[in-house]
Amino acid sequence: MRKNGFARHALIETLHTVQSAFGCLDDDSIRFVARSLRVPLSQAYGVVTFYHYFSLKPPGKHTMTICAGTACYIKGSDKLLAAAQQKLHILPGQTTEDGQISLMTARCVGACSRAPVMLCDGEVAGETTGEHMLEQLERWAVE
Amino acid sequence: MTIEELEQIAESVRLENDKYDFEVNVCMDLACASQGAGQLREALARAADASGKNVLIRRTGCMGPCSNGPMVRVDPEEIFYSHVNASNAEAIVNSLGGEPVSALQCDLNEHFDKQVRVVLENAGHIDPEKIDDYIARDGYKALLTALTEMTPNGVIHRITESGLRGRGGGGYPTGLKWGTVAKAGGDLKYVVCNGDEGDPGAFMDRSVMEGDPHRVIEGMAIAAYAVGASKGFIYVRAEYPVAVSRLTTALREARRRGLLGNSICNTPFNFDVEIRLGAGAFVCGEETALLASIEGRRGTPKPRPPYPAVSGLWGKPTLINNVETYANIAPIVRNGGRWFADMGSERSKGTKVFALTGKISNTGLVEVPMGIKLREIIDVIGGGVPDGHTFKAVQTGGPSGGCIPAEMLDLGVSYDALMAVGSIMGSGGMIVMDDTSCMVNVARFFVEFCMTESCGKCIPCRAGTAQMFTLLTRICEGKGTMEDLDQLVSLCETIKETSLCGLGMTSPNPVLSTLKYFKNEYIEHIVHKRCPAGVCNMEAPVEVVA
Repeated sequence: MRKNGFARHALIETLHTVQSAFGCLDDDSIRFVARSLRVPLSQAYGVVTFYHYFSLKPPGKHTMTICAGTACYIKGSDKLLAAAQQKLHILPGQTTEDGQISLMTARCVGACSRAPVMLCDGEVAGETTGEHMLEQLERWAVE
Repeated sequence: MTIEELEQIAESVRLENDKYDFEVNVCMDLACASQGAGQLREALARAADASGKNVLIRRTGCMGPCSNGPMVRVDPEEIFYSHVNASNAEAIVNSLGGEPVSALQCDLNEHFDKQVRVVLENAGHIDPEKIDDYIARDGYKALLTALTEMTPNGVIHRITESGLRGRGGGGYPTGLKWGTVAKAGGDLKYVVCNGDEGDPGAFMDRSVMEGDPHRVIEGMAIAAYAVGASKGFIYVRAEYPVAVSRLTTALREARRRGLLGNSICNTPFNFDVEIRLGAGAFVCGEETALLASIEGRRGTPKPRPPYPAVSGLWGKPTLINNVETYANIAPIVRNGGRWFADMGSERSKGTKVFALTGKISNTGLVEVPMGIKLREIIDVIGGGVPDGHTFKAVQTGGPSGGCIPAEMLDLGVSYDALMAVGSIMGSGGMIVMDDTSCMVNVARFFVEFCMTESCGKCIPCRAGTAQMFTLLTRICEGKGTMEDLDQLVSLCETIKETSLCGLGMTSPNPVLSTLKYFKNEYIEHIVHKRCPAGVCNMEAPVEVVA
């Protein structure tokens, strides 16, 4: 916040910093940011819920993100996602009960030339196959 | 910093590079990096050290043909190697000065011959984190020339003369937009770069920001000089962390060299740029929504007028252009408006970068002159549809665009021609589909995208996209009727006419264009309860295990 001079318009930057430090934005952190930047809590909460990138729930130990961009969809990312859902018994955006794995979808990570793409803890893996993904999930389930 | 100093830097870089006998350029763009280009570069450096040869190993931005990655280009011979991994490093280094490694070599002449590179001229030739590399390729010359030899009006005149149109999709004449902002009153003005490349399937802006960030900054600085602004913002998606870090480095280097800041080139011109992060909202590519987001609010669009050119960021006149538009500015100022206007078609000048993806052999970035036939892009540059499948359609313009069928492939690519067939240029995504794609399903995918991305401010878009999605889902599940189809068409028209911003107005495009060219597929789904491509599951809808 100091870096941006406590400017009110740096709300989104500040929230990014908080989320990258703590993994998610809980009530306390949103309240704290709003008070420090002197923006109404309603505006801070509104911003957090408007943008997909911000998360109100803590993520699992590992995050599997499957790109749902057009190029990936044409190359079968919907099947990947369905397979991951079957395997983990969760919906996109949820975390397994043991807190090991979160399943997310991304709008597009810009690696469309290697579609379909998955991100394993932020690492881009292109031309993904179902087996490859399931292997990764199994490794994570015990790690 | 003066022009003479700039030339000195360029000269010293050239001398430095001349010390090396060979240059090995390794593409480190996302697509190549995800396949181990990082290890490859380290292995090459180790092999070069061991061999005792005088080799410069350079990390570069995207070279273009991403499906061949990781890519390596050996200069001065310009030999391309494809699918290189770390174990090939030694062979490549050993081959320097002798016969190339034929097993890895790839023939890309056909791929490159049809292309004209303006925006991507430095892609694959410079290290994006070294400002001197950019200066050595005539970087920042245009800015300093403009500052010392041209008036702001002169710059605007040159841009107008070039016929450059906004590359973000709308195609608004850039010169005209600059003129409006320049004429707007007030001493505080802003220049904004729209790097919120939300269109899934397009990644040219990411490549430019990551591979040649200084080009964008130079374009913005020239724009600021022309319209009389002293502050700029680059709005980048948070999904592009590499682009953010490259731009941050580039800004720091430019400040250090005195190319940003106060009294640039000993003139009264001051300019600096800040980076702003998006947070994953497609609608923020719309200019008024983007401005709201920069101000730290929810990214909801506002009705226009007033246009941002008159009342934009914090109510001040604001110039907004896309990354690719800014990337075109420096070459235009350097080479003149006529030079640019000589490329391209009647009303669409210059070149356009397309991200070629989907069911096509050579995926990647291509830059072609406007007016080139779609067929040439897909069959010659793209290498056609692989695995013996047949081409069905090409989708341009992302979720706001349309699908163009095989019989229209002889269409010349330009803003107006694409508009006339019910699609749009958009930011330049080009997704090729073959006979395994169901067009109804594709339309449903795009509508679902627009539905979740709708900001919810105006009703036609918020409720309309949801209703379109319901109707399309019914058709996909084999429960649709012919009345549904009529209802869908009238709904599309309503949304198109009454929505507030571009997202809503163009959201029916994928439906309308597939209905126009692939109506038989819709009818198959409704009457025969059959999906010709075998994508839609008619019997049992896919159950989600919760």
